[in-house]
Amino acid sequence: MLRFLVRRFIGAAITLLIISAITFMLFYAVPRDPARIACGKVCTPETLEVIRHNMGISDPLPVQYWHWLEAIFVGRDYSGFGHCDAPCLGYSFVNREPVLATVWDRFPTTASLAIGSSVVFLIFGIGTGMLAAVKQGKALDKIASSGSLIASSMQIYFVGPVALYFLVYQTHLLDQPSYTPFSENPGAWFNGLLVPWLVLALIWTANYTRMTRSQLVESLTEDYVRTARAKGLSRRNVFFRFAWRGAMGPIVTIFGLDMGVLLGGAMITEKTFSLQGLGMLSVKSVFSNDLPMLLGVMVITAAFVVFSNIIVDACYALIDPRIRLA
Amino acid sequence: MTPPTPSTAAPLEVTDESTEKQTASPSSKGNESRSPGQLAWRRFKRDRTGVASAIIVILFFVIGLAAPLIAKLYGKDPYTTYGLNTPGLLGDNGFPAKPNGGIDSEFWFGIDPQLGRDVFSFLLYAIRNSLLISTAITLLVMIFGVVIGITAGYIGGKTDWFLGRVIDILLAFPQQLFFVAFTPVILSLFVPANEDTPTWIVVVSLITLLVVFGWASIARLLRGQVLALREREFIEAAKVTGASPARIIFKELLPNLWTPILIQGTLLLPAMVTTEAGLAFIGVGMQDPTPDWGVMLGYAAGFYQNDITFLLFPGITMVIFVLAFNLLGDSLRDALDPKTKR
Repeated sequence: MLRFLVRRFIGAAITLLIISAITFMLFYAVPRDPARIACGKVCTPETLEVIRHNMGISDPLPVQYWHWLEAIFVGRDYSGFGHCDAPCLGYSFVNREPVLATVWDRFPTTASLAIGSSVVFLIFGIGTGMLAAVKQGKALDKIASSGSLIASSMQIYFVGPVALYFLVYQTHLLDQPSYTPFSENPGAWFNGLLVPWLVLALIWTANYTRMTRSQLVESLTEDYVRTARAKGLSRRNVFFRFAWRGAMGPIVTIFGLDMGVLLGGAMITEKTFSLQGLGMLSVKSVFSNDLPMLLGVMVITAAFVVFSNIIVDACYALIDPRIRLA
Repeated sequence: MTPPTPSTAAPLEVTDESTEKQTASPSSKGNESRSPGQLAWRRFKRDRTGVASAIIVILFFVIGLAAPLIAKLYGKDPYTTYGLNTPGLLGDNGFPAKPNGGIDSEFWFGIDPQLGRDVFSFLLYAIRNSLLISTAITLLVMIFGVVIGITAGYIGGKTDWFLGRVIDILLAFPQQLFFVAFTPVILSLFVPANEDTPTWIVVVSLITLLVVFGWASIARLLRGQVLALREREFIEAAKVTGASPARIIFKELLPNLWTPILIQGTLLLPAMVTTEAGLAFIGVGMQDPTPDWGVMLGYAAGFYQNDITFLLFPGITMVIFVLAFNLLGDSLRDALDPKTKR
């Protein structure tokens, strides 16, 4: 296990290094004047000069990248702007704040959105998938299958406003979406995020229903399931201890990937419900041309994806003992 | 010639001369042999959901292609602000004066808030533009994916290793974020800051971005298929007879790969429609006043509290299109590859 983790972490570090290097090159080598872009839409010649100096535009690109990497471990001074402490992913000249500070400020919203909705879609998705697999070919299966097909054809930017219109503005059944920190007021946190969770979950549930169903249908025909039944174990026992366990592996894998993506910020969802998470942060940075911020958000999102992959692979071995971590 | 292969990928089009002869000779006898393509077609025709969804999908493409004609017959265009030009159509608050988004015999789907443009003709052109862009992206992604995938799988060795790593890295990128983040970078290449961007440059950069980050998964899939096929006897036989690599790729491998290519293509197109619309919704894709599904949805999302009708037209048409296309993809897979269980 330890060897597996060490190897995977080295691999993850290399992937992140390559991703950050490519992004860095594309951001700072492709545009004609990256300092002008980083300065933002409203930019005085003096500020531009200071930013040029701070970004070290006159240095060759690899040197600039090296300084950016160095800052992650030792921090960096931005003369005229301030100091950026040790894990420094760059400095946003538009916000006049270190990138990481803004990211940490926005992260709780995104994390609440991701965790809450994944609880909902895991329960409903896997639940309906299991029911459909058990009642294979029956009416319930057909309803679940066609329902999930329709739901997966829906888009958040359409279902979101429609749900808000009917659930919030017309009937006042649920609260208007907003973010209150959990530590401040758990009730308000829950109420404010309920509609986004439900809408996000509606669309994601469909995938999990389909996946769970097809995985379970497959594993219910496996030899070891038949053997277990022949030995005289009860249906319920066989279903949960044998078939279900065999089917969960691929679902955990997909869930890990989805979680990585969700933690990186669901741009469309956040925009639909006007929540200020990482997704909206990157959208806003695009409009203000905040390249250092975008670079930081991108590296952090990639890190979520890469690390959730590792966690998933480790969990996979726990669920399915046939998998050996080599 | 290719024998009736027991592979998972049943060939759709067999280009061998012998089969072509079979296809060409019209025989009404009951026991004549059919090409795998004909068999798939027969299976597909029997699938009612598949045929219905195919008709809906074709209808959407016809609407898209014939949008200028339909708009001309209908007598309106998507750019004129009828509501501003004719007083009385929009109320004082900028919303359509008539109920249900201003639907009447003149404006079939109503007019949009604030500007009072005609929703029906805007939607026609939106479908046209969205489908044109998404089809272009899908075709390019498939071409790049197929060529790179086959090359990696067939040549193998160092090329395969190198392409494999490129694919790994591309798939590790947070894609949606990348589409969003690189738009200003690419646009800054063409247009100086503080100037308006011409629409065609937005289209080109959109297509470029989605293609550059889209081909990797297709290439990985095809690489795997080619690896399995490469060791089969008929490829070896072709090699022994001295066939050139080009002949082996186009005449031996490709006919066996049409099934996965078609299936992936039908999955990809609706995904591209929604991705493209999502980008426009966020505000980094196509921009108002260019008609586009995502532009419409984004504009409508700003007014849904008072004018939900305007949101429903682009939203529901899009759900119908995506659903029909997904169903078509499923039926196509059943027809081409009857052994897969769902």
